[in-house]
Amino acid sequence: MAAFFSPFISKPDTVSQIMLKVLLALIPGIALYVWYFGPAILVSITLASLTALGTEALMLKLRNRPIAPFLKDNSALLTGWLLALSIPPLAPWWLIVVGTAFSIAVAKHLYGGLGNNLFNPAMIGYAVLIVSFPAQMTHWLTPHGLGQAELGFLGQLEYIFLGVLPDGIKLDAITMATPLDTLRTRLHLDESVKQILDMPIYGRLAGQGSEMVSGGFLLGGFYLLATRIISWHIPVVYLGTLFVTAGIFHLVDPGHYVAPLFHWFSGAAMLGAFFILTDPISSPTTNKGKLIFAAGAGLITYLIRTFGGFPDGMAFATLLMNICVPLIVLYTQPPVFGKKDGVSGKKEKRP
Amino acid sequence: MRTLYQFHGGIHPPTNKTQSTQRGIAHAPLPAKLIVPFRQHAGEAAKPIVQAGDHVLKGQLIGMPDGFVSSAVHAPTSGTITAIDMQPIAHPSELPDLCATLIPDGKEEWVPRVAIDYRNSTSAELRQLLRMSGVVGLGGAVFPSDLKLRFLRLHPAHKINTLILDGAECEPYITCDDMLMRERAAEIVQGAEMLRFILEAEEVLIGIEDNKPQAIAAMQQAVADSGLPFEVVAMPTIYPGGSAKQLIRVLTGLEVPSCGLPTDIGVQCFNVATSYSVYRAFAHGEPLLSRIVTVTGNVRQPRNFEALIGTPVQDLVALSEALPDTDRYIMGGPMMGAPLPSVPVPVVKASNCIIAASDRLFPPPPPALPCIRCTRCAQVCPADLQPMDLFWFAQSREFGKAQEFSLFDCIECGACSYVCPSHIPLVQYYRFAKSEIRMREQDKQAADHARERHEYREYRIEREKQERAEKLAAKEKAVQAANIQPATQAQPTTVPANSNIAPESATQQKIQAAIDHAREQAAAHKPKNTENLTPQQQAEIAEIEARRAHIRKLAQSEVEHPKE
Repeated sequence: MAAFFSPFISKPDTVSQIMLKVLLALIPGIALYVWYFGPAILVSITLASLTALGTEALMLKLRNRPIAPFLKDNSALLTGWLLALSIPPLAPWWLIVVGTAFSIAVAKHLYGGLGNNLFNPAMIGYAVLIVSFPAQMTHWLTPHGLGQAELGFLGQLEYIFLGVLPDGIKLDAITMATPLDTLRTRLHLDESVKQILDMPIYGRLAGQGSEMVSGGFLLGGFYLLATRIISWHIPVVYLGTLFVTAGIFHLVDPGHYVAPLFHWFSGAAMLGAFFILTDPISSPTTNKGKLIFAAGAGLITYLIRTFGGFPDGMAFATLLMNICVPLIVLYTQPPVFGKKDGVSGKKEKRP
Repeated sequence: MRTLYQFHGGIHPPTNKTQSTQRGIAHAPLPAKLIVPFRQHAGEAAKPIVQAGDHVLKGQLIGMPDGFVSSAVHAPTSGTITAIDMQPIAHPSELPDLCATLIPDGKEEWVPRVAIDYRNSTSAELRQLLRMSGVVGLGGAVFPSDLKLRFLRLHPAHKINTLILDGAECEPYITCDDMLMRERAAEIVQGAEMLRFILEAEEVLIGIEDNKPQAIAAMQQAVADSGLPFEVVAMPTIYPGGSAKQLIRVLTGLEVPSCGLPTDIGVQCFNVATSYSVYRAFAHGEPLLSRIVTVTGNVRQPRNFEALIGTPVQDLVALSEALPDTDRYIMGGPMMGAPLPSVPVPVVKASNCIIAASDRLFPPPPPALPCIRCTRCAQVCPADLQPMDLFWFAQSREFGKAQEFSLFDCIECGACSYVCPSHIPLVQYYRFAKSEIRMREQDKQAADHARERHEYREYRIEREKQERAEKLAAKEKAVQAANIQPATQAQPTTVPANSNIAPESATQQKIQAAIDHAREQAAAHKPKNTENLTPQQQAEIAEIEARRAHIRKLAQSEVEHPKE
């Protein structure tokens, strides 16, 4: 009754529900991840969740903010999950903890907390990890049936927390470079794309197993589109740009440049298109701006993947485009009702 | 079939209209006491022309329009005026306003009513009649209707092509226009023809949202019966489709320019209920004495009442039997309405709807979270604004930025607040920013004015000093000249006198100047008529100033949102 003013009605949607739906949309991808690579990813997700909530609570306390309402908004959880999905599941436990804590404490709260971060916190965490701990960031799991050996769940747990492998199993036997990384290394050895893709780690479109996980994220993306949590602008234009750029190179020299669909289903392209670039806080608010943002990210992803020094370009593409957001938004203001030429405050006359 | 256009955004809140349309319009019984405010319209309050103790007839003028933007106020029934004093009214400020208290005698004795043949009257006569009949926009903005017909003359270059009757009634809960169209369609259509006649408009469109099939059918029938070439247009139901700018956009595809008026694009809009009042005024000589009020929400018997202006709101609520957990009331709809003060207030011309509210019906929103820039607000904004940016600017008090991003194009429809998942009271922020900007502009104007006055005073003092010095110099010169050439003086008789005082003349001049100066200063310090007043007089002045400020605010908001 204290604050009683119009409008007196509102939709029951909450930030917490939106974030929860995004978490739900990640489930198909995670399920396929477990199916193809074993349950280690669940360990990283759990570690990331606990660290995210703990850091969030700590930072809120340090900043004298109410803890409960913000912990319940699920945004920290989402950051943790996205980071966990971006780094190798077999990485030592402290890697995900350090990464998540950095994401939440620095990339989110030092910028002012929920709604104020300029950069996608999960991608900042990823960038910090890949720059600081490049060796640990290569422990990608080999999909079922492809490695010389396989670890059970207990074995994976033991390795994550204690760094100990069962007797007779070497790290190389259970991990491998990502399909994108393998492609890059082999191309440098002057093998042709066709030769490389004949390797057993590649499936129909891209990496065995990882292409299915990407498919899972695509499925989740459709859910987000259907529930209007995200608009089509960013995923369509991002994937479109990636496809067109890759397609042009592929047409010019198919022996050296891999087909566009390989790019779609490799690395973090699908995760990025639907879950990372679409983070409302760090992406443009205007529709036109979203198009520019996504196109830029698509182009940068391709360039880094193909010509850059990192195996995947998604994270840096996101961060680079995040920097441009304020400028993009300023120059893509849609025209206001009754004003044909957009933001023209100077012409505004009031009686 | 007419091509309809879309405006950007809009929302589909639950309409909650069927509750109050189950039964026809009921005549509210004559209340024991009527409280008739003298300001029920945008602009200057009417001037009381009756006194306490006067007996008045139904329809008798009791408040004379006072000023350009003003309208008349009438006695809603016959009876005795018992007081003319300050009473609480339905205004968010909860400030009291001048009202007449009328105790009905129950006879409903009318003043003589004279119907007029509008086709043989001039537009000026008809406008004057509307002004004296107290006809104002009944869509909620209560802008004097005669002025909306006069804009034609203010903009001779702009011919009115299209007259639009607004029967959209897009706000949830409100059904007064719906019921009026169902039951009194023929009168509305006649009123539209009268308005069309004055405006010399070419076409008349009657826009009704398609969730009112009965009203559409009734209006179509009435138009067919009248033989007039009007078109009843069923428009998609979307909030705020009944807001003038959005309605015009949907029906004509034209956009009213930012900060402009519909007449700028050859369109004028009137609410259907206003059209009905115009008909009553011309065809029956009846001033605006009553209106249809929807009483709904947390009540047992939601329905529409034809209530006399001045009927206490609680009388209507009692007729509808408010449920026991009702703890507050809203005047208007749930999107743009205003909470009624906790004290009893009367129904006025703007009262289209009274909603009884409780926490059950309107649960308080959860505490606001930070904006996550999800842009849902931008997706629903009918003015194509970027509400999240405006919120950011308002919150950080960057009012200049807010203005640059078209804050004043916001129509305060509340669609952004409605969809906000962070439950930020966005519209409140915009209202705050707007009022701050207005206040700053007023302060700036006052300061500019004061500075100009000061500068002029400095200039004047300097000029007078100079003039005096020049005069002095001229006189001294003349004296010297006289001294040097006494022989050549044409008037010898005066020469000696002049010559006599000559040595002292300079001193005398100075003394004279000093006396003048002292006099001037004394005059400057003379008490003005606003000084040395009794506390009562001062209070009166303060009151008048407050009222003026209030009117200015109203007039301003009116110009920005010419609703209807």
